[in-house]
Amino acid sequence: MTDGSFASVGVGATSWTTGRIISKDFPAPHLVRLRMHVDDRQRHWPGQHYLIRLRAPDDYTAQRSYSLASDDSDPLVEFLVERLPDGEVSEFLADVAEVGDVLELRGPIGRWFRWDTYTPALCLVGGTGLVPAVSMIRAARRLDRSDLLRVVAVARSPEELPYADELARAGATIAYTRDGTGGRPPGPPTADEIGPLLAGAELAYVCGSSRFAEFAEGLLIASGVSPEAIRVERFGVTG
Amino acid sequence: MPVTRGFRRRRPDGPEGRLPPGQYDTGAGWPVLTAEATPRIERESWTIGVDGLVGEPTTWTWDEVQQLPRSSYNGDIHCVTTWSKFDVVFAGVSVDTLLAAAEPQPEAAFVMAHSSTGYTTNLPLADVTGGKAWVVWEFDGRPLTAEHGGPVRLLVPHLYFWKSAKWISRLELTATDRPGFWESNGYHDRGDPWLEQRYQGDP
Repeated sequence: MTDGSFASVGVGATSWTTGRIISKDFPAPHLVRLRMHVDDRQRHWPGQHYLIRLRAPDDYTAQRSYSLASDDSDPLVEFLVERLPDGEVSEFLADVAEVGDVLELRGPIGRWFRWDTYTPALCLVGGTGLVPAVSMIRAARRLDRSDLLRVVAVARSPEELPYADELARAGATIAYTRDGTGGRPPGPPTADEIGPLLAGAELAYVCGSSRFAEFAEGLLIASGVSPEAIRVERFGVTG
Repeated sequence: MPVTRGFRRRRPDGPEGRLPPGQYDTGAGWPVLTAEATPRIERESWTIGVDGLVGEPTTWTWDEVQQLPRSSYNGDIHCVTTWSKFDVVFAGVSVDTLLAAAEPQPEAAFVMAHSSTGYTTNLPLADVTGGKAWVVWEFDGRPLTAEHGGPVRLLVPHLYFWKSAKWISRLELTATDRPGFWESNGYHDRGDPWLEQRYQGDP
């Protein structure tokens, strides 16, 4: 996205294509990371998502949306999927899908929850909601604009925090809700913690569960962020 | 498209003929999906207006809208994120009732639904008339909660649920179609779940 073709990136009509799983690993017991080669891939903005669709022999299909963790410059796309109990798609991706399998894909989708790589922004993300923030971090690093992006990631404990090294390198603030690592008392981020990070930020990106999003919106608004400057991506337990 | 190795249908199809393609039955759950911060709107300060290409631009307060003939919807709803929910009951007032009072002009062909958050969604007028759309404040006999669009939301259940604007405040009638919020952000202009009109590029 360093060339002049901004306007057309990730905003056109999309259609279904296929992609092959190139690598699969488990950053945590409940998290599976898939890196895939996409046929006829379109370029994307950090923050956008893809659909993954599974097809049964009787032509029954199930599809879910997953945010991209990868940057546009990455030759593969990367997804991090939380394995949900009884999750029709997430259990399949975690337990059945293997390297070499071909899945149906469509994307990139979403023009709202995307970072334009120029606007100073704060990401306040929880659980696997940190995935789009990882894509933003990677784009910022490639473009040498890391100073524009501040990230606050919330996780229960270090064991449940994926991308820990990358977050640390990006200078992200980590709030563990159940763990006192590093002397920070366990708990969600506080107004005192995010206040200094909001200086100069023009947009706030919130991504996480419904419960997390409620909390994050409340914290941002209480910290003086205008509701119009908050962009939210919530995910319910949709499996 | 190829069959996915190892994938089998695990979920029931729901009631016969009521689950659109690519959807699943969310059961008792009702996922919350919004793009902006949830606003807290008091009933006392809420109003809804019908304006644009109408003979009598009209605004109703909460108390005034309660005096209109009550109308309810008992049926299914379908979200573009692939969940469907069966046999929900919403109550409020038919959009037909609001439009009748505002007297649409003959050239009005589309409606832009506006929320107090600034959210918008566009619909053909034909999709909100003839008993197909409501402005609702009750879900399953209880006040509609803020996270689900309360105090009052639009309900257009035959289209994907992003058309059922939460926190509805205004219906603007226009002669020409122009894209609303999600429609400007890659989603389909009409959003018929039975045709899988999810994103731009779908039929």
